Amino acid sequence: MRPTTPWSDVFDLLHPALGQTLYMVGVATLFATVLGIPLGVLLHVTAPDGLRPVPVLHRILGTVVDFGRSLPFIVLIVLLQQVVTRPLIGTSIGPTAAIVPLAIGAVPFLGRLVQSALREVDATVVEAAVTTGATRARIVRSVLLGESAPALVSAVGVTAVTLVGFSAMAGVVGGEGLGDLAIRYGYQRYDDRVLWSTVLVLGALAMLIQLLFDVSSRLIDRRRRVTA
Amino acid sequence: MITVDNLVKSFPSRSGAVRALDGVTLEVQAGAVCGVVGPSGSGKSTLARCIALLERPDSGAIRVDGTDLVTLDGNRLRAARRQIGVVPQGDSLLRQRTAAGNVALPLETAGVDGPTRRRRVGELLDLVGLIDKAASYPDQLSGGQRQRIAVARALAANPSVLLADEPTSALDPETTGSVLTVLDRARAELGVTVVVVTHDMAVVRRICDDVALLDGGRIVENGRLLDLVSDVDSRTANALLPALDQTDGIAANHDRVADVVLVGFAAVGALLPEASNRFGVDLAVLGGGLTRLGETPVARFRLGLTGERADSALEWISEAGALVRRAQKGPQGVAA
Repeated sequence: MRPTTPWSDVFDLLHPALGQTLYMVGVATLFATVLGIPLGVLLHVTAPDGLRPVPVLHRILGTVVDFGRSLPFIVLIVLLQQVVTRPLIGTSIGPTAAIVPLAIGAVPFLGRLVQSALREVDATVVEAAVTTGATRARIVRSVLLGESAPALVSAVGVTAVTLVGFSAMAGVVGGEGLGDLAIRYGYQRYDDRVLWSTVLVLGALAMLIQLLFDVSSRLIDRRRRVTA
Repeated sequence: MITVDNLVKSFPSRSGAVRALDGVTLEVQAGAVCGVVGPSGSGKSTLARCIALLERPDSGAIRVDGTDLVTLDGNRLRAARRQIGVVPQGDSLLRQRTAAGNVALPLETAGVDGPTRRRRVGELLDLVGLIDKAASYPDQLSGGQRQRIAVARALAANPSVLLADEPTSALDPETTGSVLTVLDRARAELGVTVVVVTHDMAVVRRICDDVALLDGGRIVENGRLLDLVSDVDSRTANALLPALDQTDGIAANHDRVADVVLVGFAAVGALLPEASNRFGVDLAVLGGGLTRLGETPVARFRLGLTGERADSALEWISEAGALVRRAQKGPQGVAA
């Protein structure tokens, strides 16, 4: 007979797992943003037609980013365990340790999103700033980042939702969280009640994050919205 | 004052290098408005981009008040760019910034402090007549208003030269007027030297003192508008003056047919009636019309003259300062 966790206990399982997921995803998103946006800027400005073309650096960065994105997350966890996670955190087990591969895995992903957001900034606008005698640093800050701010917020949102998915694998290194709960109870114990409850919470969480970033993006956007 | 000296710029293409600018030389006096016109592909945009210091010419010089700017780099290039305010072709405002924020951008760049910046932005918005739109975002403004904000931004860092690249190409004739008025005010109130690159002769008629015709990467005509219109063979004059309609059929009814160009209030208003009275000649307008170059009324008419003394009348009109050219198809040898 399949063991079914009583409803009263389901909540007690979900509550800490949700907290762990939020912790991992939140901190990882924060770090990914801090590193991913500069990476995207670097990818954009070093392009052959960029503000400061450095084709060699551009190609190296592009290769590293694509390589990083092609790595299955589960492999990344293992890969970073000895080299980065343990020296940095002191342990390779637990939610805090799981943040390291989560953040690092999300950086190239967000970097590409940022790059394509910056590409959408009209060249005329950039050139107009150049003619005012602005330095490259100012153009990046005031024009590229300023004009693409709504797109950047969306990009961080997409990254956060992706990280919710990635965090399911954090269970491998004792990161726990919702994904881990679903695997342990749903897969290993055939406990459908916990499985579906977890999936529901995960889905709601992803939707909520998406909504939050969409609304923020729209709030800061000063362009006229097209209504069809 | 801005001097463009023997500017050459080539671009690589599949069939070898294309010379977009093939030795362009141009001088615009301080406080003057110079129009650069020419057919598409003549090099207008390249010239504009070179003057905006966005494109570096292969050779030649661009001097603003005597200093050559084309060879500069780094901080000195950025400082030079501040001397040339640019109204770029197309929509160039930051869409995430208010009108005031856009005008403030060059001031932030120049390191102007907050209070001074706000005061200056106010003055500039006032100059372009959009002080009430300070807090509006570009998407809340009309095309003409956006372009006036672009002019205010170009003027923010107190440049000595203002370059406008097709400033009215996306606008209807009515809003074009408001943008041109703003350019004219910039010259009048700030004494800035203005270079307008345009394909629209209405722009030239309305605000330019000088005009340069660019064709095949060279300046083929250049001079003061009022001088050029007195040149029978000038392409620019032909484009500036009212079109002459083809009037062969009617021309046959007259003893003489001639094209006359009249410049100034006195000439336009009185010359032809007086000639008619003096020589007892009937004057009929077969084509052409009246226009203005800046404040000066200018007319070009195709006249049909009937009467014994038609030739004397034409001679008198010519001596009075109007440009007269006999039409080729007029009946010959009728009068003595």
